[in-house]
Amino acid sequence: MNEPILTMVDVTRVHGTGEVVVRALNGVSLEIHPGELVAVMGPSGSGKSTLLNLAGALDLPTSGTVSIDGQVTTALRPNELSALRRRRVGVVFQDLNLIPSLTAAENIGLPLELDGRRVSESRRAALGALRDLNLDELADRFPDQMSGGQQQRVAIARALVGDRRLVLADEPTGALDSVTGDGVLAVLRARCDAGAAGMLVTHESRHAGWADRVIYLHDGRIVDETTAR
Amino acid sequence: MSVKDSLLALLSDGPAYGAKLRAEFDRHTGGVWPLNVGQVYTTLARLERDGLVVADGGPDPEGRIAYRLTPAGHAHVAQWWASPVDRTEPARDELVLKLALAVADPSVDTRAVIQSQRSAGMAHLQRLTRMKVGLNGSLQDAVVLEHQLYAVEAELRWLDHVESFLRRSPAGSRPPAEQTPKLTTDLSTDRGPTDE
Ligand SMILES: Nc1ncnc2c1ncn2[C@@H]1O[C@H](COP(=O)(O)OP(=O)(O)OP(=O)(O)O)[C@@H](O)[C@H]1O
Ligand SMILES: [Mg+2]
Repeated sequence: MNEPILTMVDVTRVHGTGEVVVRALNGVSLEIHPGELVAVMGPSGSGKSTLLNLAGALDLPTSGTVSIDGQVTTALRPNELSALRRRRVGVVFQDLNLIPSLTAAENIGLPLELDGRRVSESRRAALGALRDLNLDELADRFPDQMSGGQQQRVAIARALVGDRRLVLADEPTGALDSVTGDGVLAVLRARCDAGAAGMLVTHESRHAGWADRVIYLHDGRIVDETTAR
Repeated sequence: MSVKDSLLALLSDGPAYGAKLRAEFDRHTGGVWPLNVGQVYTTLARLERDGLVVADGGPDPEGRIAYRLTPAGHAHVAQWWASPVDRTEPARDELVLKLALAVADPSVDTRAVIQSQRSAGMAHLQRLTRMKVGLNGSLQDAVVLEHQLYAVEAELRWLDHVESFLRRSPAGSRPPAEQTPKLTTDLSTDRGPTDE
């Protein structure tokens, strides 16, 4: 069996200090292999976004370890950590955070440019990612010139651009109608079928149906898990 | 599900033999509710008796009889398209019954019942989604499959909803009184009104 792209071992994340500590994640272990898409479900506040942020090295665990492609996030220096995020991890956030002063294509190409690729090369990759989501005509528009659903799909294109091995999405279909939402999930699925590891946080079981495994979180713990077939 | 109305609707395309109607029915529904030929012929006989179809000429050399719609049959089909299907009559459903019995019985671990049902539902949803990816653009298959997907999704949401009722209720075995105001008067005599 191939090596997992994401490995989490007994991961706990505590927010705050003293009286007001919140144990957002409590002893979670999890592996995601190449080709696998894992959905994460659970009530509001159960720790889904916390899990996703730790998986994407956007946040570090209080205890336990998170490894991405064999690199343990807590063992890296800040600059190594951001290189790992840029090269290996694509994230669609619950709130989109596109950069308002950049066009769609620039937003998408940004991580590649930051990684030292030529502008022309980044743009070519960005246009390809836009095409995958049927968004060619939006390339040169700014976020405030797009609908909410279009911005959401641009954010997804940004997460998928380049050859990220780990793709994480937090409620990526929130502002989309059901058919467009299905299109986005099909793209995510195809990326995993092509060898990436994916994590999809969702409230909708119909979306979780695209995954190979579904994990249920409650109060920061995995309480249930179902596997396809 | 009305076999009668579906067969009439298929016959509005023109006369057809029972075997052809059966094949059409299966094709239109993606084979989800297979009919046997016997069912088709019994239904046609009943429709003939009711004056909605007639034999379209005598039997062919192989002894098969084609049927066509009468004017009353055409009118019936038009009426069928024009009226909503009655969904207000609740179907008797084993799962609903099972959960209703479970929440009333303290010796049953209702959460475990929900959890195993949810796993099964989720696995079903994953299978259906795979089938959906495999469909190549047949609208009819998509209509039937998407209905199954939405139905399973609705059931899973209902299970989640019942489960969060249970988590919030102190007894852990029945929904809290304030969540079911209409039922409290006759059913929750052991529990006072909410103390807020
Ligand atoms: N920076 C923070 N400081 C303190 N508490 C936090 C912080 N971030 C999250 N939490 C708490 O951690 C818990 C888990 O939050 P998280 O955002 O992971 O939930 P979630 O499952 O994504 O919920 P939702 O479905 O509403 O997005 C919550 O109780 C939340 O209030
Ligand atoms: Mg969240």
